[in-house]
Amino acid sequence: MSSFSATKRNTRARFFDRTATALFWGIGILILLVIFWLLYTIMHKGLPNITPQFLVKLPEEIDAGGGIGPMLFNSFYVLFLSLIFSVPIGIGAGIYMAEYAPANKFTEILRICVEALSSVPSIVFGMLGLAIFAEYFGIGLTILGGSISLAFLNLPMLTRVTEEAIHAVPADLRNASYALGTTKFQCIRTVVLPVALNAIVTGVCLVAGRAFGESAVIILTAGLSTSGEMWDFSLFAPGETLAVHLWYVQSEAIVEDARQIADKAAAVLVFVVLFINMVFRIPLWFNNRKLKR
Amino acid sequence: MSTPVHELTKQQSILVNSTTTSKFNRMARVRLTNRLFKGYFLFSILALCFVLALVIIFIGKTGFLTFNTLSFSEFFLSMNWAPEEDHFGAGLFIINTMILTGLTLLISVPISIAIAVFNAEIAPNWFKSFIRPVLDLLVGIPSIVYGYLGMTVLIPFIRDLTGESLGDGMLAAALVLSLMILPTISRISDDAITAVPKKYREAAYALGSTRLQVIFKIVIPAASRGIVTAIILGMTRAIGETMAVVMVIGNTAQLATTLFTPSSVLTSNIVMQISNVEFDSTWNYALHMMAFLLLAISVLLILIIRFLRAKGVKEA
Repeated sequence: MSSFSATKRNTRARFFDRTATALFWGIGILILLVIFWLLYTIMHKGLPNITPQFLVKLPEEIDAGGGIGPMLFNSFYVLFLSLIFSVPIGIGAGIYMAEYAPANKFTEILRICVEALSSVPSIVFGMLGLAIFAEYFGIGLTILGGSISLAFLNLPMLTRVTEEAIHAVPADLRNASYALGTTKFQCIRTVVLPVALNAIVTGVCLVAGRAFGESAVIILTAGLSTSGEMWDFSLFAPGETLAVHLWYVQSEAIVEDARQIADKAAAVLVFVVLFINMVFRIPLWFNNRKLKR
Repeated sequence: MSTPVHELTKQQSILVNSTTTSKFNRMARVRLTNRLFKGYFLFSILALCFVLALVIIFIGKTGFLTFNTLSFSEFFLSMNWAPEEDHFGAGLFIINTMILTGLTLLISVPISIAIAVFNAEIAPNWFKSFIRPVLDLLVGIPSIVYGYLGMTVLIPFIRDLTGESLGDGMLAAALVLSLMILPTISRISDDAITAVPKKYREAAYALGSTRLQVIFKIVIPAASRGIVTAIILGMTRAIGETMAVVMVIGNTAQLATTLFTPSSVLTSNIVMQISNVEFDSTWNYALHMMAFLLLAISVLLILIIRFLRAKGVKEA
């Protein structure tokens, strides 16, 4: 066909290429299988045995058959409070970094702060919460302390997702809005934020999912116990969450069905995190389709 | 016809203002909110910096109290951690952390980069749009669940495979951590590889390279800075990870001499002991110093990433 004839080197290179391609495919598929096996293991061991009572019942100290009611409630309560504290500030900071920050040394320092804060290990935030709330204010291990410490952990991530979402808004839209004589804030409120909302909500959901499963911070700041009641909205009650309960059951509990409780708790935990990551995006997805039409 | 006042230019609006006071009020209000919110946004970012300052001050202040009763060399170099007998040698935790991080990267980096290369260069589009969200699922799983699975599935497996009596230790911890940082490294490397200009590849193909040669001689070197950033980010996650490690490492204050020696790293030792110590004790100070060390390491790694990025911008 052509005058090209393969030398030994060509043949070898082609052989390596084929082998490597097969190897890359192999690794890709292997990792997919590992991930699915992981999810299957978590769900399969826990989900089939979960009854509605398990989700609302009080835990038992000694007898089998306890539930995870207060912990599940605390998980949502702490998550909710921490988002209340962190979302306004995180989004505000993100807006500042994306819209206002001038290109100078000061902004560089702010940016280093955000990145440094997002790299701080969660255990360190836990110790900070312990130092502030248990030692400095002396209120002990509480839901309030836990949720504020968790809010610290969320802050840099929220700032980053907001900044990225706002950077993705085309400059044309802003210019058009300025041309109509809007002030900077009017432009942000009526043009930039609505366009970026989709990405911001997605980002907040990812952060919420991570915060829901966070345990190192909560162990140190909200403790290993609950107030022992369901629907306890007190801010100063100890606030063991589901993720912490999984740790407690596995390491310290003496109930005979600890293993089953842990299996079920893990399944609920993963299920809720995936749920948070996906379900809150569905309205946005519909919204998008409407916009595209 | 009736143009709203805020859509007029400045001079026009002054004209309008002089005639209608109610509209002037609106203008003033708009200006005021504008200024107020700028202040609020600035306040938010400063609050963030304040939190960082809080972390450094609270942890550092308590941490450095360690050296009132302890010498620098004892804390950093001694391998003897026996708080009940007043021995606070954190050297073994520091070394264990380094071993664990090294081992994790050794397992995770080749696989993650292979996945990144596969995603960016080899996988067909339908497969790509499938594997990327699935990798994100991996990020969503809470670390405590990783630890739990490591404890209930991986450790019995290791025990059967090797015949060890316990199975806890560095290997189990490194395997769990590798899986946890895999999506971080592969996602960022993937972005870096995708960002390599297409013309580089085309030039290499035109010279007769195979795809493997393009990947190893052109694409990976061109994306190397992004890949290094990805590895460092994965490293910060591995160093700071607590709950997954604490469940599989065995929690014994000794050097990890083999892969299956129950041992302890900085994070796991802190979380196991901090709740049981007196606030005003050297023990507590030493734990805070270890946390400060973690903090310093992560900030240092972030600064390295920034340095790499700045260098990249300069060269481009």
